[in-house]
Amino acid sequence: MATVGRALLIVAFAVALYGISASLYGAFAGGRAWVDSGRRAVYALAGVLTLTFAILELAFLRSDFSFNVVATHSSTTTPTFYKATAAWSSQEGSLLLWVWLLSIWSSLALRVTRRRVREVAPVATAVLLTFASFFLMLTLFFASPFETLASVPQEGTGLNPLLRHPAMMFHPPMLYSGYTLFSIPFAFAIGALVTRRLNAEWIVSTRRFALAAWLCLGVGIVLGARWSYTELGWGGYWAWDPVENASLLPWLTGTAFIHSLMIQERRGMLKVWNASLVLATGTLAILGTFLVRSGILDSIHAFGASTLGIPFLILIGAMVLGSVGLVVWRRADLASEHRLDSLFSREAVFLLQNVILVALAFVVWWGTFFPLISEAVTGTRASVGPPWFDKYTVPLAFVLVALSGVGPLVPWRRLTLASVRRGFVLPGVAAVVTVLALLAVPGAWAEPKAAVFAGVVAFVLTSVGQELWRGMRARQASAREPAPVALAGVVRRNRRRYGGYIVHAGFAVLLLGVAISSSFQHAQDVSLRPGQSARVDGFDVKYVRATSRAEAEKISLGAVLDVSKDGRHVATLRTTRGFYPSQDITQGIVGRFFGGESESEVGLRAGLGRDIWTVINPNIAPLAPIIDRGNRTFRRAMVGIMSGPVRDRERAVMQLYTLRDAAVTAVARRFVTSPWPADFRFIVSPLATWIWIGAIVTFLGGLLALWPAPAAARRRVSAGYAARVARELARTTQ
Amino acid sequence: MNPSRKRRIRLVVALTAALLAASALIYTSFSAGSDEQTAGQLLAGAVAGKTYTLAGTVKDGSVRRANGVLWFSVRDPHRPVAVRVRYTGLVPDPFREGRGVMVKVQRRGDLFVGEKDTMVTKCPSKFQVAPPRAGSNV
Amino acid sequence: MMELLVVFLVVLAIVAFVGAPLRRGARRLDPDAALHAELADLEAAKEAKYREIRDAELDHRTGKLSEEDHRLLDGELRAEAIALLKRIDAVRARVGAQPPPPAAPPPAVG
Repeated sequence: MATVGRALLIVAFAVALYGISASLYGAFAGGRAWVDSGRRAVYALAGVLTLTFAILELAFLRSDFSFNVVATHSSTTTPTFYKATAAWSSQEGSLLLWVWLLSIWSSLALRVTRRRVREVAPVATAVLLTFASFFLMLTLFFASPFETLASVPQEGTGLNPLLRHPAMMFHPPMLYSGYTLFSIPFAFAIGALVTRRLNAEWIVSTRRFALAAWLCLGVGIVLGARWSYTELGWGGYWAWDPVENASLLPWLTGTAFIHSLMIQERRGMLKVWNASLVLATGTLAILGTFLVRSGILDSIHAFGASTLGIPFLILIGAMVLGSVGLVVWRRADLASEHRLDSLFSREAVFLLQNVILVALAFVVWWGTFFPLISEAVTGTRASVGPPWFDKYTVPLAFVLVALSGVGPLVPWRRLTLASVRRGFVLPGVAAVVTVLALLAVPGAWAEPKAAVFAGVVAFVLTSVGQELWRGMRARQASAREPAPVALAGVVRRNRRRYGGYIVHAGFAVLLLGVAISSSFQHAQDVSLRPGQSARVDGFDVKYVRATSRAEAEKISLGAVLDVSKDGRHVATLRTTRGFYPSQDITQGIVGRFFGGESESEVGLRAGLGRDIWTVINPNIAPLAPIIDRGNRTFRRAMVGIMSGPVRDRERAVMQLYTLRDAAVTAVARRFVTSPWPADFRFIVSPLATWIWIGAIVTFLGGLLALWPAPAAARRRVSAGYAARVARELARTTQ
Repeated sequence: MNPSRKRRIRLVVALTAALLAASALIYTSFSAGSDEQTAGQLLAGAVAGKTYTLAGTVKDGSVRRANGVLWFSVRDPHRPVAVRVRYTGLVPDPFREGRGVMVKVQRRGDLFVGEKDTMVTKCPSKFQVAPPRAGSNV
Repeated sequence: MMELLVVFLVVLAIVAFVGAPLRRGARRLDPDAALHAELADLEAAKEAKYREIRDAELDHRTGKLSEEDHRLLDGELRAEAIALLKRIDAVRARVGAQPPPPAAPPPAVG
């Protein structure tokens, strides 16, 4: 099957190259038949890559260790779910996933737009297929997922234990969907610039894909943060790590694009800005893909150097130069049709929001690439840490959230004093009351910024709530419906507007969770024996008992902890550290079971008020003498078997392995029967759960904004307005 | 003042503000950045009281844990030298002998004391392109 | 052997599928392509204008725009919509007897 997979990759590469040629030829000389053939090449590519990916998946599910990637990233003991998702834990598999998702989304985009943007689409097709060709070239010549092993091992090395988490398995497909979906507006922007079709149509055609990209990328980022919080043993969810930042960059510029697009749709303004934004977003998406696998920046994620850096750099260089060149070349066609009516208008708020988002993106970009920049300038590689990032991003985030509350209250074109009075009073009062109330809470004075931010969030939530209330009341006035029906009706009929407002509310809540949980977090390192207690931020934490568990995949040593407050039981926390066997036989027959990768299982009690988080670090040094003894004993036994009669050897070895497994279990059991002090980290974070609640609300709002209205409703509304305007037209022409 | 002139003034003001802000950001990054150094560079030139980011590989056989303190040596990727590090705080899950590590340290004689919770360990070769195995078909 | 057959069949299917438009015969570039593209742009702008009118109405009904401001804005927007409709009619007349390409579905309400 690997041969079929390899052959299909070659076929896919050929189809992509054909598609580029056919689309360009059709666009500029050959006619619609060639354009249609080029579009069909994209569909065919999606079909071939689906088959190819299915072959790889099947190999993982069947534990076919003749495939190198399967042997190095899976094992027979890996649970089925993780076998299926291990395909993209490797460089090779992840590249294939990237290009497969690109082909699927490109097919969808071209199918949906097949009767529109007829001049732009062929060039966009060529651009998308160029991306596909690039990634296929990487999988063919640099990182083939279908490399086979001449000598097939009995067992694979298994999936990195840190990746055995549901969030981490959905994280790459969501991120890559975001990146590949951003390629679509990028490609259509290139097409629009090349063909000089720079008016409304290409925006209408690709707006939804930009929003879908934003949604998928955002979900991917949050899943990564959630994984970090619940899987990695440090208790945080964001570290301004280069690879985290790489995915945030296109999300920031993509957010700006989605907003400023509305201005171009309505007023024909900001064309240069939008073109630059969408081209930057597409480039940053490729940059993000590159950073994870280049090894140029040190990161907890940056997985060592690879040979893919140079091809990616060439592609990114070409994208940057090409984008700048196109925008400069077509600047005359990108002239604005109108000017800003007033600095006090929704357009102005959007513009300011765009500037803030781009500033944020610049800060993140600069801090991320600073090691390379400093090396180029001073000769010494230097890096900036989270405090530097926080210094700039926190005030910018403040302003951004405030604007997300102001925007819904400000009408398009111009804001009047009456509007201000009607719209801003209630949210303003809510903000002030919140700040005052919080400052009355003991301890809140220590972090006044957090209290002020809570006030800003109260402003946002009140403004969104006010908009929903007034929309509902307006509908009730005309449709005479009960409140819930009216609310659902007005939201359904104005998905973009109210979806956007819900996104703002969710995002404000998310950042509130970030602000409060980080400002008032209490972290404490404690060493405890079973039966001992410690006081952590007002809670009494008792180490009830040690645990050990020997499974086929790993040995787990852990603890059960009881958390109480003022004598009242609050939570029972269970935390373990898993030790996976090493393939290194020099560690000894018994020792290798404790010498491989290790990962923490966090003990977490999440609540609406606060999270209590803990992780154990059981020092296994006290087991070393027993392990050494076991290694010597079993080595002697193995030597004895190997020098004995051949006919009994296999049975004897199997018996020895059974005894070895029992010995390993017994060694691990020592942690329970003769426990020694274990190190714990406890973290109490107020309102941390609201980060995830805010994220869910944000993405539900995005989904609502993305969801198309039923066709009949669209036609009805559009026809209604058409009729009214037509009557006006008739009057003016009489 | 005609609208066109007003717009131009606004643009100039905005661009100037952006330039000033960017300059402040760039300046603080150079002053706030901590230099990444190898073990050899630290041994040769590190001064007490200054924070450096030590980058290298954890030396095999060098890891010891005692009373909540982690002791390990970091070897230079280019030269046969290593520095001894005393570290307290969060140890990332992937930390092991033979693995890449970065940690902020300050010099105290021949010893380097790690700053709490500043250790970053590289995830082992997730996306590293392995050299082709003997007999494999590419 | 089986593997070769599978790949061969896939290649055959792709060639048939991708080549189908070419076999149907060459369709020259639409001589009115520029006009149709302009028409599509104008239709999209028209739908966006209708949405603006609708948004202004909702802004008025939710209190963001006073009666006076809404009347002024609504008048502006309708005038812009009428200008667009006139341009659409003019382009349609230039396209002539040929039917325009299938119109883009109206943008979603919301």
